[in-house]
Amino acid sequence: MKRARKHAPKSGKAYADFMAQAYAMEIDASERYAEFADQMEVHNNLEVAELFRKLSGIEGLHAKRILKEMGWPQMPEPVYALQWASAEPPETAPVTELHYLMQPYHALEIALRNERRAEKFLGGIARSRTAPAEVAKLAAQMAAEEREHIRLIRDWMTRVPKPDPDWSRDPDPPFLSD
Amino acid sequence: MIQSKEFADGYASITLGMNQTRLSSVSVALAGSGGAGVMTAGNMLLEAAAHAGYYGLMTRTSGPQIRGGEAAAMVRVSTFASDGQDDRFHVLAAVDWQNIGRFAQEIPLAPGSLVIGDPAQGEPPEHFRKQAGVRYAPVPFKQLARQVAGGWPNMVALGVLGALMALPEEALEHAMKKVNRKGGDALAASLAAMRLGSAEARKLEGGFALGAPLTGRARWLITGNEAAGLGALRGGVRFVAAYPITPATELLEWISPALARIGGTLVQAEDELASINMLLGASYGGVPSLTATSGPGLALMSEALGLGVCAEIPVVVVDVMRTGPSTGIATKTEQADLNIALYGLHGDAPHLVVAPNSVSDCLAATQWAVELAEALQAPAIVLSDQYLGQARAIVDRPEGGTSERARLVAPANAPGYRRYAITGSGVSPMAIPGTAGTTYTADGLEHDERGTPSSQMGDHLAQMEKRQRKLAGLDCGERWASTEGEGDIAVVTWGSCTEPVREAFQRARADGVKARLVSLRLLSPAQPERLRRALEGVKRVLVVEQSFSGQFQRYLRAEYELPGEVQSLRRPGPLPIRPDEIHRKLLEWSAA
Amino acid sequence: MNAPAPALVAPDFKSDYKPVWCPGCGDFSVLAAITRALAMLALRPENVAIVSGIGCSSRVPAYTTCYGFHGVHGRALAAGTGLKVARPDLTVLVAGGDGDGYSIGGNHFLHACRRNVDLTYIVMDNHVYGMTKGQPSPTTEPHWSSKLSPGGTGLREFHPLVIALASGANFIARGFSGDPNGAAKLIAEAIRHPGFSFVEILSPCVIFRPDQRSWKDAVRPAPVAPTDEAARAARRLMTDDGFNLGVLYSGRRKPYQPLTGKATQRLSDLEEEFAL
Repeated sequence: MKRARKHAPKSGKAYADFMAQAYAMEIDASERYAEFADQMEVHNNLEVAELFRKLSGIEGLHAKRILKEMGWPQMPEPVYALQWASAEPPETAPVTELHYLMQPYHALEIALRNERRAEKFLGGIARSRTAPAEVAKLAAQMAAEEREHIRLIRDWMTRVPKPDPDWSRDPDPPFLSD
Repeated sequence: MIQSKEFADGYASITLGMNQTRLSSVSVALAGSGGAGVMTAGNMLLEAAAHAGYYGLMTRTSGPQIRGGEAAAMVRVSTFASDGQDDRFHVLAAVDWQNIGRFAQEIPLAPGSLVIGDPAQGEPPEHFRKQAGVRYAPVPFKQLARQVAGGWPNMVALGVLGALMALPEEALEHAMKKVNRKGGDALAASLAAMRLGSAEARKLEGGFALGAPLTGRARWLITGNEAAGLGALRGGVRFVAAYPITPATELLEWISPALARIGGTLVQAEDELASINMLLGASYGGVPSLTATSGPGLALMSEALGLGVCAEIPVVVVDVMRTGPSTGIATKTEQADLNIALYGLHGDAPHLVVAPNSVSDCLAATQWAVELAEALQAPAIVLSDQYLGQARAIVDRPEGGTSERARLVAPANAPGYRRYAITGSGVSPMAIPGTAGTTYTADGLEHDERGTPSSQMGDHLAQMEKRQRKLAGLDCGERWASTEGEGDIAVVTWGSCTEPVREAFQRARADGVKARLVSLRLLSPAQPERLRRALEGVKRVLVVEQSFSGQFQRYLRAEYELPGEVQSLRRPGPLPIRPDEIHRKLLEWSAA
Repeated sequence: MNAPAPALVAPDFKSDYKPVWCPGCGDFSVLAAITRALAMLALRPENVAIVSGIGCSSRVPAYTTCYGFHGVHGRALAAGTGLKVARPDLTVLVAGGDGDGYSIGGNHFLHACRRNVDLTYIVMDNHVYGMTKGQPSPTTEPHWSSKLSPGGTGLREFHPLVIALASGANFIARGFSGDPNGAAKLIAEAIRHPGFSFVEILSPCVIFRPDQRSWKDAVRPAPVAPTDEAARAARRLMTDDGFNLGVLYSGRRKPYQPLTGKATQRLSDLEEEFAL
């Protein structure tokens, strides 16, 4: 899934800032997928939990790779201190998209939406007139990677069953616990 | 220590009428309405008695009006320490007779009693006039007061009563100066009026002269509510949440400035639900906390008290019991909150219940309750009552003593810290916020040793046993009850019934009847083994309580085994139980 | 000689308990916002206490590494008040839902605003009683149908921000769980602001109010800057549609000062007053 990347010059503040933003995007996505996995586990939806765990691992590797390339032992600033155009980083799925009875197909749909947003974000920087050349170049490379991810997810989706129309049916009433 | 002969003399003098024998106890009542100032005069009388070296107490009664209603101050002065009521009043003086019928029952008279009234106010009500052996003496309070510029009838009455009791005039003057801090002309006028009253009393036939007081003992003048407040502070309380309710409000009002002066805090809450929850928050934060309320407030607090039990957070609630049920009679006493204090929490929720048995004991019992609560990390209810709480008594100075027990606190960074760890004693160290490495969440949900909510049988059982073991394993020492006397008749009682029982015993002893007293102070956890030992050899047990349904007797039957024949002497409020009723019962029983 | 403790980050404030909230619940994000706010303020978990009542949102304390107090229904503000007054050195957060806070807790809400103790109250508002399975809460819209009130309650919903202002709250803000960073900033500012700070966070309940998924399209940053004038804030809040986000009022009341402070006397001095 990952391609070897041509070495881009690791120079300049703009480059470092962009890498920090890219890192933030990956690590936030990874943490969100991990939380999703926890929630699915607690609700006994183990198949989807495992899938989210996998996705979390993949995004985590992306993040680690950025640290390694930059030679950073860890992220210099807290991830959430960064600004985004939207409320949350582009590759992070909103919490409200989950359902306790969701199927693996739904999880992949979520991942697909995440990757599309990430691709759009990186593509935007790649095409930007104000970004320095080396940043734009790197953004273009990363955007291409995201397109590859999109292809892989769509392929993955052909290999999981499509959900039945009544996938969310639960004959039991809600349960009171406090 | 009560001298039985003095008691007998005193008793005899009431029934036989006026004579010159010095009495060991004299009870007087001063009634009046709307601005008559009988409370002020009664207080001065008590202060004078205190200054002269006597013991005694003052209680009060009034109509429902907030101001200006009919009222009576009842003062007992004695040469021995007692905070119980005597059977009869020697003197009833009235500045006026307005609505006095409302508390006629609270001012019982006997042959030889003296009724004094202002002839300008008309004749005394029939109830007082018609009693056998009761004499009437008119004293024109108002007219005498007018002889002094700025003089008041209640000051004249004060002089009359003081002289009848043969209190030294110097003591009366001292008291009046103490109460009348402003001094100046007002004080001078009051003193003059008082002297007129004294002179008038000496014109009356006979009197009720007190015997010489015991000397050399340090004494205090204090109410039960104040004593409880002080006990709380001695026990280490430094946070109080307050919501006023009769008859507990004075405790809160006393403790508010007191706390401020010694570095504690009081917050006025919007209701009892807020106050008990504030206590839990403050205590969770490590500060010993307490509030005072009465029956209706305690009922509201029951849910949160259960939280204190489950989350193992110490709090102390002083319930100054009043006549119930529901709003009941707010200004009168009863001992009928025992059920709710013992059994009023939902679920099985073991907790502490402590009961003072005298005005003075309000201090020690409250202090003890705070100490126990802190040491066992559990809520404690202190069952005081309106009688003890609002009676102002001259008592022997209570013993000092600092807290022997303290909260077991977890050290910082305790490895593998578990708040609700199962221990031999049941007490597990409590982490105080601000301490590193031991953060936890206190919870009303049942939980495991870490405090994680759990619905498992194993966890529930383990925690229930832990909470029970904490209390069951308590070695309460001799303070569990007041035990006195000997013989095969025993009187088992608690709270404000204790002093009347003691006095009854003294009289019975004079008749050659011996009896044992057991007055329980620790009601929960119950101490069946200790009671068994205290009642060894007893063949008859009289249970004395101020409850219509006999809550205390039912509690005894539930938790203890009482030997032999058991009888109940009980009555609800509002009237106090007096020594004579108990004395007669003892005589009757020992003759049988 | 110890090295200074490393700066804490948001995950340091999150415990290893996995929340039992339903997947999709907005409270996950509020939890994240709280942990981020505490990290932003460089607080330490042992110096923070989170007090809650009963309900889904009230489960928050155990999901953090701070000291927690999970009390009974509706009384969190009272417990939090007692804790903060007894321990002014602690940072005290009170958390709960709209049911716990505005219904059974309503009286304590009024008085907490009025008392103005320096603490921060976070309400996760989802316009429903979640934990008891979907009854209308005080902030539920009048026509929302439920088993308990078919066809809706017909009652005008409670306006907590207006009530808070009228009762004396010193800081009033609204956040949205869909913007956890924004909410984190509001919470941090609320904690910093002296006196009683009230932060309402719209937090959808996807199980009983799936319609609330559309909230993310309804919310907007408040079109005006925060004000410290109560009258101006009152006009805004009375016409507020419930979706304006940000700091809406930032007042200047002095925080609650209890009667006391340092000891000026000893216990034995008090006892002397009773001695004859």
